[in-house]
Amino acid sequence: MTTAEARLGTPRQQAAWYWRGPWVSIVSVVIFVLVWFLAAHFAQSRLLPGPVEVVDYVIEESLHGNLIFQLGITLWRVTAAFFVAMVIGSVIGLLMGQLPAVNRVLDPWLIVLLNLPALVIIILAYVWFGLNEAAAIGAVALNKIPNVIVTVREGARALDPGLDEMARAYRLSPWSRFRNVTLPQLQPYFATASRTGLSLIWKIVLVVELLGRPNGVGFELHLNFQLFNVTAILGYTLAFVAVMLAIEYLLVQPLERYSTRWRNKPV
Amino acid sequence: MKDTQHAGATSQFRIRIEEKTHVGADGSHLTAIRDLSLDLKPESMTVLMGPSGCGKTTLLRTVAGLDDDYTGEIDMPPHARLGFMFQDPRLLPWRTVRQNIELVAAPGFTETDLQTLAEAVGVADMLPRYPQELSLGLARRAALARAFSTEPDLLLLDEPFVSLDERTADRLRRLLLEVWSARPTTAVMVTHNPREALQLADQLVVMAPRPTHVLSVETINMPQAERDPAMIEALHTDLARRFPENFAGM
Repeated sequence: MTTAEARLGTPRQQAAWYWRGPWVSIVSVVIFVLVWFLAAHFAQSRLLPGPVEVVDYVIEESLHGNLIFQLGITLWRVTAAFFVAMVIGSVIGLLMGQLPAVNRVLDPWLIVLLNLPALVIIILAYVWFGLNEAAAIGAVALNKIPNVIVTVREGARALDPGLDEMARAYRLSPWSRFRNVTLPQLQPYFATASRTGLSLIWKIVLVVELLGRPNGVGFELHLNFQLFNVTAILGYTLAFVAVMLAIEYLLVQPLERYSTRWRNKPV
Repeated sequence: MKDTQHAGATSQFRIRIEEKTHVGADGSHLTAIRDLSLDLKPESMTVLMGPSGCGKTTLLRTVAGLDDDYTGEIDMPPHARLGFMFQDPRLLPWRTVRQNIELVAAPGFTETDLQTLAEAVGVADMLPRYPQELSLGLARRAALARAFSTEPDLLLLDEPFVSLDERTADRLRRLLLEVWSARPTTAVMVTHNPREALQLADQLVVMAPRPTHVLSVETINMPQAERDPAMIEALHTDLARRFPENFAGM
Protein backbone atom coordinates (compact mmCIF):
# COMPACT_ATOMS: atom_id res chain seq x y z
CA MET A 1 0.00 0.00 0.00
CA THR A 2 1.44 3.40 -0.94
CA THR A 3 1.29 6.33 1.43
CA ALA A 4 -1.42 7.99 -0.64
CA GLU A 5 -3.61 4.91 -0.39
CA ALA A 6 -2.93 4.65 3.31
CA ARG A 7 -4.05 8.22 3.81
CA LEU A 8 -7.20 7.68 1.78
CA GLY A 9 -7.93 4.47 3.62
CA THR A 10 -7.87 6.07 7.07
CA PRO A 11 -11.43 6.50 8.34
CA ARG A 12 -12.36 10.10 9.10
CA GLN A 13 -11.67 10.96 12.69
CA GLN A 14 -14.75 11.30 14.85
CA ALA A 15 -15.58 14.93 15.64
CA ALA A 16 -14.36 16.15 19.02
CA TRP A 17 -16.94 16.30 21.83
CA TYR A 18 -17.44 20.05 21.58
CA TRP A 19 -18.51 19.78 17.93
CA ARG A 20 -21.18 17.26 18.78
CA GLY A 21 -24.47 18.07 20.49
CA PRO A 22 -25.82 21.58 21.05
CA TRP A 23 -22.63 23.09 22.53
CA VAL A 24 -21.63 25.13 19.53
CA SER A 25 -25.09 26.67 19.21
CA ILE A 26 -25.22 27.51 22.90
CA VAL A 27 -21.79 29.18 22.86
CA SER A 28 -22.77 31.10 19.74
CA VAL A 29 -25.92 32.47 21.42
CA VAL A 30 -24.00 33.35 24.58
CA ILE A 31 -21.46 35.32 22.53
CA PHE A 32 -24.28 37.21 20.81
CA VAL A 33 -25.88 38.17 24.15
CA LEU A 34 -22.47 39.17 25.52
CA VAL A 35 -21.75 41.45 22.56
CA TRP A 36 -25.19 43.01 22.94
CA PHE A 37 -24.62 43.47 26.67
CA LEU A 38 -21.22 45.13 26.20
CA ALA A 39 -22.45 47.34 23.37
CA ALA A 40 -25.35 48.55 25.50
CA HIS A 41 -23.09 49.02 28.49
CA PHE A 42 -20.63 51.28 26.62
CA ALA A 43 -23.28 53.13 24.62
CA GLN A 44 -25.21 54.09 27.77
CA SER A 45 -28.11 55.22 25.58
CA ARG A 46 -31.89 54.99 25.93
CA LEU A 47 -31.85 53.93 22.26
CA LEU A 48 -29.83 50.76 22.90
CA PRO A 49 -31.11 48.94 26.00
CA GLY A 50 -29.21 45.89 27.16
CA PRO A 51 -30.52 42.31 27.24
CA VAL A 52 -31.38 42.51 30.95
CA GLU A 53 -33.63 45.52 30.48
CA VAL A 54 -35.36 43.95 27.49
CA VAL A 55 -36.00 40.68 29.28
CA ASP A 56 -37.25 42.61 32.31
CA TYR A 57 -39.64 44.48 30.05
CA VAL A 58 -40.94 41.25 28.51
CA ILE A 59 -41.57 39.70 31.94
CA GLU A 60 -43.18 42.87 33.30
CA GLU A 61 -45.43 43.32 30.25
CA SER A 62 -46.40 39.64 30.28
CA LEU A 63 -47.43 39.75 33.94
CA HIS A 64 -49.02 43.19 34.18
CA GLY A 65 -49.29 44.52 30.63
CA ASN A 66 -51.01 43.16 27.54
CA LEU A 67 -48.04 41.54 25.77
CA ILE A 68 -49.61 38.09 25.93
CA PHE A 69 -52.86 39.41 24.46
CA GLN A 70 -51.06 41.21 21.62
CA LEU A 71 -48.96 38.13 20.87
CA GLY A 72 -52.11 36.01 20.80
CA ILE A 73 -53.88 38.35 18.37
CA THR A 74 -50.89 38.36 16.00
CA LEU A 75 -50.46 34.62 16.27
CA TRP A 76 -54.11 34.16 15.40
CA ARG A 77 -53.70 36.32 12.27
CA VAL A 78 -50.56 34.40 11.28
CA THR A 79 -52.38 31.07 11.68
CA ALA A 80 -55.46 32.17 9.76
CA ALA A 81 -53.46 33.67 6.88
CA PHE A 82 -51.21 30.61 6.81
CA PHE A 83 -54.07 28.14 6.42
CA VAL A 84 -55.93 30.25 3.88
CA ALA A 85 -52.75 30.60 1.81
CA MET A 86 -51.80 26.91 2.07
CA VAL A 87 -55.24 25.60 1.12
CA ILE A 88 -55.89 27.97 -1.80
CA GLY A 89 -52.27 27.84 -3.01
CA SER A 90 -52.13 24.03 -2.86
CA VAL A 91 -55.35 23.53 -4.80
CA ILE A 92 -54.32 25.95 -7.54
CA GLY A 93 -50.74 24.63 -7.61
CA LEU A 94 -51.95 21.04 -7.93
CA LEU A 95 -54.31 21.94 -10.79
CA MET A 96 -51.62 23.93 -12.59
CA GLY A 97 -49.09 21.13 -12.19
CA GLN A 98 -51.45 18.44 -13.44
CA LEU A 99 -53.37 20.24 -16.18
CA PRO A 100 -51.27 22.10 -18.77
CA ALA A 101 -54.33 24.04 -19.96
CA VAL A 102 -54.96 25.49 -16.49
CA ASN A 103 -51.27 26.27 -16.22
CA ARG A 104 -51.28 28.24 -19.45
CA VAL A 105 -54.32 30.26 -18.40
CA LEU A 106 -53.16 31.06 -14.88
CA ASP A 107 -49.42 31.43 -15.42
CA PRO A 108 -49.50 35.15 -16.38
CA TRP A 109 -51.66 35.90 -13.33
CA LEU A 110 -49.19 34.04 -11.18
CA ILE A 111 -46.26 36.05 -12.51
CA VAL A 112 -48.10 39.33 -11.85
CA LEU A 113 -48.97 38.23 -8.32
CA LEU A 114 -45.42 37.07 -7.63
CA ASN A 115 -44.05 40.48 -8.56
CA LEU A 116 -46.69 42.61 -6.85
CA PRO A 117 -45.14 44.27 -3.76
CA ALA A 118 -46.70 43.20 -0.46
CA LEU A 119 -47.37 46.82 0.43
CA VAL A 120 -49.45 47.39 -2.73
CA ILE A 121 -51.65 44.38 -1.95
CA ILE A 122 -52.12 45.51 1.66
CA ILE A 123 -53.00 49.10 0.77
CA LEU A 124 -55.42 48.04 -1.97
CA ALA A 125 -57.07 45.47 0.33
CA TYR A 126 -57.65 48.13 3.00
CA VAL A 127 -58.87 50.69 0.45
CA TRP A 128 -61.24 48.32 -1.30
CA PHE A 129 -62.48 46.15 1.57
CA GLY A 130 -62.08 48.50 4.55
CA LEU A 131 -59.92 48.40 7.66
CA ASN A 132 -61.21 45.04 8.86
CA GLU A 133 -59.92 41.65 9.89
CA ALA A 134 -60.91 39.89 6.65
CA ALA A 135 -59.07 42.43 4.50
CA ALA A 136 -55.99 42.12 6.73
CA ILE A 137 -55.83 38.32 6.67
CA GLY A 138 -56.79 38.18 2.99
CA ALA A 139 -54.00 40.59 2.07
CA VAL A 140 -51.42 38.54 3.97
CA ALA A 141 -52.65 35.28 2.42
CA LEU A 142 -52.61 36.80 -1.06
CA ASN A 143 -48.95 37.67 -0.56
CA LYS A 144 -48.12 34.09 0.28
CA ILE A 145 -50.37 32.24 -2.19
CA PRO A 146 -48.12 32.62 -5.27
CA ASN A 147 -45.16 31.05 -3.44
CA VAL A 148 -47.31 28.11 -2.37
CA ILE A 149 -48.58 27.70 -5.94
CA VAL A 150 -45.07 27.67 -7.42
CA THR A 151 -43.81 25.11 -4.89
CA VAL A 152 -46.79 22.77 -5.07
CA ARG A 153 -46.91 23.03 -8.86
CA GLU A 154 -43.32 21.80 -8.93
CA GLY A 155 -44.40 18.83 -6.80
CA ALA A 156 -47.43 18.07 -8.95
CA ARG A 157 -45.19 17.98 -12.03
CA ALA A 158 -42.80 15.55 -10.36
CA LEU A 159 -45.47 12.95 -9.48
CA ASP A 160 -44.32 9.40 -10.28
CA PRO A 161 -46.31 8.10 -13.28
CA GLY A 162 -45.40 4.51 -12.31
CA LEU A 163 -47.19 4.76 -8.99
CA ASP A 164 -50.16 6.39 -10.70
CA GLU A 165 -50.36 3.42 -13.12
CA MET A 166 -50.18 1.05 -10.19
CA ALA A 167 -53.06 2.85 -8.49
CA ARG A 168 -55.16 2.71 -11.65
CA ALA A 169 -54.37 -0.96 -12.36
CA TYR A 170 -55.48 -1.83 -8.83
CA ARG A 171 -58.62 0.29 -9.26
CA LEU A 172 -58.08 2.52 -6.23
CA SER A 173 -60.89 5.02 -5.72
CA PRO A 174 -60.04 8.66 -6.56
CA TRP A 175 -60.00 9.56 -2.86
CA SER A 176 -57.77 6.63 -1.96
CA ARG A 177 -55.43 7.50 -4.82
CA PHE A 178 -55.22 11.09 -3.62
CA ARG A 179 -54.61 10.13 0.02
CA ASN A 180 -52.22 7.22 -0.48
CA VAL A 181 -50.41 8.05 -3.71
CA THR A 182 -50.57 11.79 -4.49
CA LEU A 183 -50.47 13.47 -1.07
CA PRO A 184 -47.39 11.63 0.27
CA GLN A 185 -45.48 12.58 -2.87
CA LEU A 186 -46.39 16.24 -2.34
CA GLN A 187 -45.49 16.20 1.35
CA PRO A 188 -41.91 17.55 0.91
CA TYR A 189 -43.27 20.38 -1.21
CA PHE A 190 -45.90 21.21 1.42
CA ALA A 191 -43.14 21.18 4.03
CA THR A 192 -41.05 23.63 2.00
CA ALA A 193 -44.04 25.86 1.34
CA SER A 194 -45.03 25.98 5.00
CA ARG A 195 -41.43 26.53 6.18
CA THR A 196 -40.84 29.54 3.99
CA GLY A 197 -44.49 30.47 4.49
CA LEU A 198 -44.49 30.94 8.25
CA SER A 199 -41.52 33.30 8.30
CA LEU A 200 -42.81 35.34 5.36
CA ILE A 201 -46.33 35.54 6.76
CA TRP A 202 -45.46 36.75 10.22
CA LYS A 203 -43.37 39.58 8.81
CA ILE A 204 -46.21 40.69 6.56
CA VAL A 205 -48.75 40.36 9.37
CA LEU A 206 -46.77 42.97 11.33
CA VAL A 207 -46.97 45.38 8.38
CA VAL A 208 -50.71 44.79 8.06
CA GLU A 209 -51.17 45.47 11.78
CA LEU A 210 -49.01 48.58 11.61
CA LEU A 211 -51.07 50.02 8.75
CA GLY A 212 -54.59 49.26 9.80
CA ARG A 213 -55.28 47.25 12.94
CA PRO A 214 -55.90 48.54 16.50
CA ASN A 215 -53.99 45.67 18.16
CA GLY A 216 -51.31 43.02 17.67
CA VAL A 217 -47.52 43.12 17.77
CA GLY A 218 -47.33 45.32 14.66
CA PHE A 219 -49.63 47.90 16.28
CA GLU A 220 -47.51 47.91 19.45
CA LEU A 221 -44.30 48.34 17.45
CA HIS A 222 -45.85 51.32 15.66
CA LEU A 223 -46.97 52.84 18.97
CA ASN A 224 -43.57 52.40 20.59
CA PHE A 225 -41.81 53.72 17.52
CA GLN A 226 -43.73 56.99 17.97
CA LEU A 227 -42.69 57.01 21.64
CA PHE A 228 -39.11 56.08 20.71
CA ASN A 229 -39.35 53.24 23.24
CA VAL A 230 -36.65 50.90 21.89
CA THR A 231 -36.88 48.62 24.94
CA ALA A 232 -40.49 47.84 24.07
CA ILE A 233 -39.70 47.35 20.39
CA LEU A 234 -36.91 44.89 21.18
CA GLY A 235 -39.06 43.23 23.85
CA TYR A 236 -41.93 42.59 21.47
CA THR A 237 -39.55 41.39 18.78
CA LEU A 238 -37.83 39.03 21.19
CA ALA A 239 -41.11 37.63 22.49
CA PHE A 240 -42.52 36.98 19.03
CA VAL A 241 -39.31 35.46 17.68
CA ALA A 242 -39.39 33.13 20.69
CA VAL A 243 -42.97 32.12 19.84
CA MET A 244 -42.05 31.41 16.20
CA LEU A 245 -38.99 29.38 17.24
CA ALA A 246 -41.17 27.36 19.60
CA ILE A 247 -43.61 26.66 16.74
CA GLU A 248 -40.71 25.60 14.50
CA TYR A 249 -39.12 23.24 17.04
CA LEU A 250 -42.19 21.97 18.86
CA LEU A 251 -44.68 21.75 16.01
CA VAL A 252 -43.19 21.96 12.50
CA GLN A 253 -40.12 19.77 12.98
CA PRO A 254 -41.79 16.94 14.94
CA LEU A 255 -44.60 16.91 12.36
CA GLU A 256 -42.07 16.68 9.56
CA ARG A 257 -40.14 13.89 11.28
CA TYR A 258 -43.41 12.00 11.68
CA SER A 259 -44.48 12.38 8.07
CA THR A 260 -41.06 11.36 6.69
CA ARG A 261 -40.50 8.46 9.10
CA TRP A 262 -40.47 6.00 6.15
CA ARG A 263 -37.42 7.72 4.64
CA ASN A 264 -33.72 7.02 5.19
CA LYS A 265 -34.17 3.86 7.18
CA PRO A 266 -31.11 1.62 6.99
CA VAL A 267 -31.55 -1.57 4.97
CA MET B 1 -62.67 4.00 -29.46
CA LYS B 2 -62.95 1.39 -26.75
CA ASP B 3 -65.60 -1.27 -26.51
CA THR B 4 -65.41 -3.42 -23.42
CA GLN B 5 -68.19 -5.98 -23.40
CA HIS B 6 -69.25 -8.49 -20.84
CA ALA B 7 -67.98 -11.96 -21.55
CA GLY B 8 -70.10 -15.07 -21.28
CA ALA B 9 -70.41 -17.40 -18.31
CA THR B 10 -67.06 -19.00 -19.06
CA SER B 11 -65.40 -15.75 -17.92
CA GLN B 12 -62.98 -16.14 -20.75
CA PHE B 13 -60.85 -13.20 -21.71
CA ARG B 14 -60.91 -12.33 -25.41
CA ILE B 15 -58.49 -9.74 -26.72
CA ARG B 16 -58.97 -8.26 -30.17
CA ILE B 17 -56.88 -5.23 -30.97
CA GLU B 18 -57.06 -3.86 -34.49
CA GLU B 19 -54.56 -1.12 -33.90
CA LYS B 20 -52.77 0.61 -31.08
CA THR B 21 -50.65 3.61 -32.01
CA HIS B 22 -48.47 5.74 -29.78
CA VAL B 23 -48.23 9.40 -30.66
CA GLY B 24 -44.85 10.77 -29.67
CA ALA B 25 -44.24 14.21 -28.19
CA ASP B 26 -43.03 15.36 -31.63
CA GLY B 27 -46.28 14.17 -33.25
CA SER B 28 -44.73 11.09 -34.83
CA HIS B 29 -46.87 7.95 -34.97
CA LEU B 30 -45.62 4.56 -33.90
CA THR B 31 -47.88 1.55 -34.35
CA ALA B 32 -47.24 -0.88 -31.50
CA ILE B 33 -49.96 -3.47 -32.17
CA ARG B 34 -51.85 -4.42 -35.35
CA ASP B 35 -54.49 -7.14 -35.81
CA LEU B 36 -53.78 -8.94 -32.61
CA SER B 37 -56.19 -11.64 -31.50
CA LEU B 38 -55.72 -13.71 -28.36
CA ASP B 39 -58.02 -15.79 -26.15
CA LEU B 40 -56.91 -16.52 -22.61
CA LYS B 41 -57.83 -19.89 -21.17
CA PRO B 42 -59.34 -19.58 -17.70
CA GLU B 43 -57.01 -20.49 -14.84
CA SER B 44 -54.06 -21.01 -17.11
CA MET B 45 -50.72 -19.25 -17.49
CA THR B 46 -50.26 -17.49 -20.80
CA VAL B 47 -46.75 -16.28 -21.49
CA LEU B 48 -46.03 -13.67 -24.16
CA MET B 49 -42.61 -14.04 -25.81
CA GLY B 50 -41.38 -11.52 -28.30
CA PRO B 51 -38.39 -9.45 -29.33
CA SER B 52 -37.82 -6.54 -26.97
CA GLY B 53 -39.71 -3.41 -27.86
CA CYS B 54 -42.33 -5.34 -29.83
CA GLY B 55 -45.26 -4.04 -27.78
CA LYS B 56 -45.76 -6.70 -25.11
CA THR B 57 -45.86 -4.20 -22.28
CA THR B 58 -48.23 -2.01 -24.31
CA LEU B 59 -50.51 -5.02 -24.70
CA LEU B 60 -50.54 -5.68 -20.94
CA ARG B 61 -51.24 -2.03 -20.18
CA THR B 62 -54.08 -2.03 -22.68
CA VAL B 63 -55.59 -5.19 -21.17
CA ALA B 64 -55.28 -3.63 -17.70
CA GLY B 65 -57.29 -0.64 -18.87
CA LEU B 66 -54.38 1.75 -18.36
CA ASP B 67 -54.57 2.82 -21.99
CA ASP B 68 -57.97 3.31 -23.66
CA ASP B 69 -56.63 4.73 -26.89
CA TYR B 70 -56.89 1.77 -29.28
CA THR B 71 -59.28 0.26 -31.80
CA GLY B 72 -60.70 -3.17 -31.10
CA GLU B 73 -62.31 -4.75 -28.10
CA ILE B 74 -61.31 -6.56 -24.95
CA ASP B 75 -63.99 -8.82 -23.47
CA MET B 76 -63.68 -9.55 -19.81
CA PRO B 77 -66.12 -10.26 -16.99
CA PRO B 78 -67.75 -7.12 -15.55
CA HIS B 79 -65.84 -5.65 -12.62
CA ALA B 80 -63.00 -8.10 -13.13
CA ARG B 81 -60.42 -7.71 -10.38
CA LEU B 82 -56.83 -7.26 -11.51
CA GLY B 83 -53.48 -8.10 -10.02
CA PHE B 84 -50.53 -6.41 -11.73
CA MET B 85 -46.88 -7.08 -11.12
CA PHE B 86 -44.76 -4.44 -12.83
CA GLN B 87 -41.12 -4.61 -13.89
CA ASP B 88 -40.22 -2.61 -10.81
CA PRO B 89 -42.07 -3.42 -7.57
CA ARG B 90 -43.97 -0.10 -7.43
CA LEU B 91 -44.76 -0.37 -3.75
CA LEU B 92 -45.74 2.87 -2.04
CA PRO B 93 -42.54 3.85 -0.15
CA TRP B 94 -44.52 5.70 2.56
CA ARG B 95 -46.68 2.71 3.41
CA THR B 96 -45.51 -0.44 5.18
CA VAL B 97 -45.61 -3.74 3.31
CA ARG B 98 -48.78 -4.59 5.25
CA GLN B 99 -50.42 -1.28 4.32
CA ASN B 100 -49.38 -1.72 0.69
CA ILE B 101 -51.16 -5.06 0.57
CA GLU B 102 -54.21 -4.03 2.59
CA LEU B 103 -54.71 -0.98 0.41
CA VAL B 104 -55.59 -3.08 -2.65
CA ALA B 105 -56.77 -6.35 -1.04
CA ALA B 106 -60.12 -7.88 -2.03
CA PRO B 107 -63.06 -6.89 0.21
CA GLY B 108 -63.24 -10.28 1.94
CA PHE B 109 -59.48 -10.52 2.51
CA THR B 110 -58.97 -11.34 6.21
CA GLU B 111 -56.00 -11.12 8.55
CA THR B 112 -55.63 -14.92 8.26
CA ASP B 113 -55.55 -14.65 4.46
CA LEU B 114 -52.89 -11.96 4.75
CA GLN B 115 -50.73 -14.06 7.05
CA THR B 116 -51.08 -17.17 4.85
CA LEU B 117 -50.19 -15.25 1.71
CA ALA B 118 -47.30 -13.38 3.35
CA GLU B 119 -45.89 -16.65 4.62
CA ALA B 120 -46.31 -18.33 1.22
CA VAL B 121 -44.23 -15.63 -0.51
CA GLY B 122 -41.82 -15.27 2.41
CA VAL B 123 -42.52 -11.71 3.57
CA ALA B 124 -44.32 -12.51 6.85
CA ASP B 125 -41.51 -10.88 8.86
CA MET B 126 -41.45 -7.87 6.56
CA LEU B 127 -45.09 -6.77 7.01
CA PRO B 128 -44.27 -3.89 9.40
CA ARG B 129 -41.29 -2.71 7.31
CA TYR B 130 -41.18 0.10 4.76
CA PRO B 131 -40.27 -0.89 1.16
CA GLN B 132 -36.96 1.03 1.29
CA GLU B 133 -35.79 -1.40 3.96
CA LEU B 134 -36.25 -4.37 1.60
CA SER B 135 -33.86 -5.80 -0.99
CA LEU B 136 -35.12 -5.90 -4.58
CA GLY B 137 -35.87 -9.61 -4.23
CA LEU B 138 -37.93 -9.05 -1.11
CA ALA B 139 -39.71 -6.08 -2.65
CA ARG B 140 -40.66 -8.29 -5.61
CA ARG B 141 -42.04 -10.86 -3.18
CA ALA B 142 -44.10 -8.15 -1.50
CA ALA B 143 -45.35 -7.01 -4.91
CA LEU B 144 -46.30 -10.62 -5.69
CA ALA B 145 -48.24 -10.86 -2.42
CA ARG B 146 -50.00 -7.61 -3.28
CA ALA B 147 -50.96 -8.90 -6.74
CA PHE B 148 -52.53 -12.02 -5.23
CA SER B 149 -54.21 -10.15 -2.35
CA THR B 150 -56.76 -8.70 -4.77
CA GLU B 151 -57.90 -12.29 -5.45
CA PRO B 152 -57.60 -11.35 -9.11
CA ASP B 153 -59.73 -12.59 -11.97
CA LEU B 154 -56.78 -11.70 -14.13
CA LEU B 155 -53.16 -11.60 -13.04
CA LEU B 156 -50.80 -9.56 -15.23
CA LEU B 157 -47.04 -10.02 -14.86
CA ASP B 158 -44.73 -7.68 -16.76
CA GLU B 159 -41.24 -9.23 -16.68
CA PRO B 160 -41.57 -9.61 -12.92
CA PHE B 161 -38.19 -11.28 -12.43
CA VAL B 162 -36.04 -9.02 -14.58
CA SER B 163 -32.77 -7.64 -13.11
CA LEU B 164 -32.55 -10.22 -10.34
CA ASP B 165 -29.61 -12.58 -10.10
CA GLU B 166 -30.42 -15.97 -11.61
CA ARG B 167 -30.70 -17.81 -8.28
CA THR B 168 -33.11 -15.28 -6.79
CA ALA B 169 -35.08 -15.17 -10.03
CA ASP B 170 -35.35 -18.95 -10.05
CA ARG B 171 -36.50 -19.09 -6.44
CA LEU B 172 -39.14 -16.44 -7.19
CA ARG B 173 -40.33 -18.32 -10.28
CA ARG B 174 -40.91 -21.45 -8.20
CA LEU B 175 -42.60 -19.32 -5.57
CA LEU B 176 -44.91 -17.83 -8.19
CA LEU B 177 -45.82 -21.33 -9.39
CA GLU B 178 -46.57 -22.46 -5.83
CA VAL B 179 -48.75 -19.49 -4.97
CA TRP B 180 -50.43 -19.57 -8.35
CA SER B 181 -51.15 -23.33 -8.20
CA ALA B 182 -52.76 -22.88 -4.79
CA ARG B 183 -54.97 -20.06 -6.15
CA PRO B 184 -55.78 -20.94 -9.76
CA THR B 185 -55.96 -17.64 -11.63
CA THR B 186 -56.01 -16.61 -15.26
CA ALA B 187 -52.57 -15.14 -15.73
CA VAL B 188 -50.66 -13.36 -18.49
CA MET B 189 -46.95 -12.91 -18.21
CA VAL B 190 -44.53 -11.01 -20.42
CA THR B 191 -40.92 -12.08 -20.60
CA HIS B 192 -38.01 -12.20 -22.99
CA ASN B 193 -36.29 -14.99 -21.13
CA PRO B 194 -37.15 -18.15 -23.16
CA ARG B 195 -36.32 -20.64 -20.40
CA GLU B 196 -38.51 -18.73 -17.97
CA ALA B 197 -41.29 -18.78 -20.56
CA LEU B 198 -40.97 -22.53 -21.13
CA GLN B 199 -40.83 -23.24 -17.42
CA LEU B 200 -44.02 -21.33 -16.59
CA ALA B 201 -46.28 -21.35 -19.63
CA ASP B 202 -49.42 -23.37 -20.30
CA GLN B 203 -49.79 -21.38 -23.50
CA LEU B 204 -46.72 -19.84 -25.02
CA VAL B 205 -47.65 -16.97 -27.33
CA VAL B 206 -44.97 -16.15 -29.86
CA MET B 207 -45.24 -12.49 -30.86
CA ALA B 208 -44.09 -10.73 -34.03
CA PRO B 209 -41.82 -7.66 -33.99
CA ARG B 210 -43.54 -4.26 -33.98
CA PRO B 211 -46.32 -3.73 -34.94
CA THR B 212 -46.91 -6.88 -33.00
CA HIS B 213 -49.45 -9.64 -33.51
CA VAL B 214 -49.63 -13.31 -32.59
CA LEU B 215 -47.35 -15.56 -34.68
CA SER B 216 -48.18 -18.81 -32.95
CA VAL B 217 -49.70 -20.18 -29.75
CA GLU B 218 -47.80 -23.20 -28.44
CA THR B 219 -49.57 -25.28 -25.82
CA ILE B 220 -47.37 -27.07 -23.31
CA ASN B 221 -49.41 -29.82 -21.73
CA MET B 222 -47.04 -31.03 -19.07
CA PRO B 223 -47.67 -29.54 -15.57
CA GLN B 224 -45.05 -26.93 -14.70
CA ALA B 225 -43.78 -28.82 -11.66
CA GLU B 226 -42.86 -31.87 -13.77
CA ARG B 227 -40.79 -30.03 -16.38
CA ASP B 228 -37.09 -30.83 -16.20
CA PRO B 229 -34.16 -28.88 -17.70
CA ALA B 230 -33.69 -31.42 -20.51
CA MET B 231 -37.28 -31.05 -21.66
CA ILE B 232 -37.07 -27.26 -21.50
CA GLU B 233 -33.87 -27.37 -23.59
CA ALA B 234 -35.56 -29.62 -26.18
CA LEU B 235 -38.54 -27.25 -26.44
CA HIS B 236 -36.19 -24.31 -26.66
CA THR B 237 -34.17 -25.86 -29.50
CA ASP B 238 -37.34 -26.59 -31.43
CA LEU B 239 -38.68 -23.06 -30.98
CA ALA B 240 -35.32 -21.49 -31.82
CA ARG B 241 -35.42 -23.35 -35.15
CA ARG B 242 -38.96 -22.28 -35.97
CA PHE B 243 -38.84 -18.72 -34.62
CA PRO B 244 -35.21 -17.59 -34.85
CA GLU B 245 -36.27 -13.93 -34.40
CA ASN B 246 -37.67 -14.64 -30.95
CA PHE B 247 -35.48 -17.39 -29.61
CA ALA B 248 -32.11 -17.41 -31.35
CA GLY B 249 -29.11 -16.13 -29.47
CA MET B 250 -30.66 -16.50 -26.05
